Amino acid sequence: MKKNHVIVMLLAVMVLALTSCKGGSAKNGEVVVYNWGEYIDPETITMFENETGIKVVYDEFETNETMYPKVEAGATVYDVICPSDYTIQKMIDNDLLQEINFDNIPNAKNIGAQYYEKSTEFDPGNKYSIPYCWGTVGILYNKTMVDEPIDSWTVLWDPKYKDNILMQDSVRDAFMVALKTKGYSMNTTDLDELTEAKNYLMEQKPLVQAYVIDQVRDKMIGDEAAIGVIYSGEAIYTQRENENLEYVIPKEGTNVWIDSWVIPKNARNVENAEKFIDFMCREDIALLNFEYITYSTPNDAARDLIEDEDIRNSKIAFPDLSQYQNLETYKYLGQEGDELYNELWKEVKSD
Amino acid sequence: MIKKICRNIYLILIFVFLYAPIVTLVVLSFNKSKTRAKWGGFTLKWYGSLFTNEAIMGALMNTLLIALVASVVSTLIGTIACISIMNLNKKMRSVVMGVTNIPMLNAEIVTGISLMLLFISFNFKFGLGTILLSHITFCIPYVILSVMPRMQQLNPYAYEAALDLGAGPVYGFFKVILPEIMPGIASGFLMAFTMSLDDFIITHFTKGAGVDTLSTKIYTEVKKGIKPEMYALSTIIFVTVLILLLLVNYKPLEKRQKTDKEVKEAVKVGG
Repeated sequence: MKKNHVIVMLLAVMVLALTSCKGGSAKNGEVVVYNWGEYIDPETITMFENETGIKVVYDEFETNETMYPKVEAGATVYDVICPSDYTIQKMIDNDLLQEINFDNIPNAKNIGAQYYEKSTEFDPGNKYSIPYCWGTVGILYNKTMVDEPIDSWTVLWDPKYKDNILMQDSVRDAFMVALKTKGYSMNTTDLDELTEAKNYLMEQKPLVQAYVIDQVRDKMIGDEAAIGVIYSGEAIYTQRENENLEYVIPKEGTNVWIDSWVIPKNARNVENAEKFIDFMCREDIALLNFEYITYSTPNDAARDLIEDEDIRNSKIAFPDLSQYQNLETYKYLGQEGDELYNELWKEVKSD
Repeated sequence: MIKKICRNIYLILIFVFLYAPIVTLVVLSFNKSKTRAKWGGFTLKWYGSLFTNEAIMGALMNTLLIALVASVVSTLIGTIACISIMNLNKKMRSVVMGVTNIPMLNAEIVTGISLMLLFISFNFKFGLGTILLSHITFCIPYVILSVMPRMQQLNPYAYEAALDLGAGPVYGFFKVILPEIMPGIASGFLMAFTMSLDDFIITHFTKGAGVDTLSTKIYTEVKKGIKPEMYALSTIIFVTVLILLLLVNYKPLEKRQKTDKEVKEAVKVGG
């Protein structure tokens, strides 16, 4: 009797496992999308489903590093993914992406030329990716807590602001700041340059209040620190909450990051993937997403539709890239490069 | 006197350490402002929008369904495993116990990735089913761990006596063995339930597109900041668990007092 129960239970599990196998029943098939968490206005997905009859299976990831192994292993086959610049390069290198047929994505023309140009740093020839969101990394400071105008990374090494500085707790971002201040490329793998940057970061360490990631936002709003390294996308939001905050792109140059749509090589619904990307590039949809995410949109047509003039002409959301020097995107440094950075960062953190 | 004050201060400190984070979360769930740094006034809107948020509600349903099915199935399998382990000779028993303990000591990420690779090589479609299978897998050792000690305390002669008195093996099991090991099974079930409820890493690697549990859902919100609806949901879960615990702990207390009284009376009568 007991045994029978077990068999029944096991069968129930099997049935459950099988029923979850059934595919989308929408009339025009489905498209499996893998995007950052909270990185789309859910309304636009419903609109897409209603307009095209394609069912969207939507999945989210939190970092490039957790997304990559899942895609590489092929546990789930995705049709559209939205990785960042250096990860796209890594995926191209490892033959995980397919070339996009731009003829099927007419709205791709809405994306500004300067963003395609910047994309060539990780996607030579703009064959594999279409920009979706972008931004810069810069300094967010509290006007009431600093004495002089800020325009340089060197302020992060000013002893005056001891315990009032927030640094990014991620290898590449931390090293980017140090390397840029020293005038080097942020994609360097030269040991001497990196050692110099490491020593510079160690010098800074006693001044830093905390190494954090998304807490920069809340800490700055709450007046808990004077200066923080932050992504431009968060800057508009923080200013809305605390009007004393100001964002600046340092004169030594910084990181320009781009998150773009790509289609993996093993995609099952390429046609639907193209339709999805095209839909996301449509100006009214891009506008909805910009308002939801508040990260800068590379969609020039959508930017023209923004009603609030302050935001449309905001130097924070839409800086003119040609006015700044030494802007770079991250490059994939290979396994050895990654290990070198991690090793040096560990030395900084454990010192 | 001083000793008593010190004792109380120490106790209060422990409570502050344990509950300060939860209190913060509960307070923030009533905060009108989206950022934790500012108090924008009291509101219940996050509780309202929580129940209309399909993504969060779906994740909640998945989490509860998976935890319930996984803990029931793993309790069954684990208990049956215990019965057969008891019937092994001493050497084999320690070998098998060792083997079942390995998955618990194993790093979760290793379990997660190896399950993912296993499912890939068998060409499983990733989804609710694969999460369920992996949760059952990692819950079984915990059930065995809590049922086994009960099993070893059993008096083997009780079962044999039952057989001698004419009970069949099945009847004997249900009448003699099961009631004895029931507390172990119950705690194993609860342990499996909670392990499944808050697992993130293994779920992350074995879930398919579009299927989220609460832990994976919360984790994806890291980049843009966790939504206040999540604070509201966590508050509801916390309060529910608190009420459940109060109910569960209140009853035995009453019963214990009663039995104490009965014992005393029995002693009196006997004396």
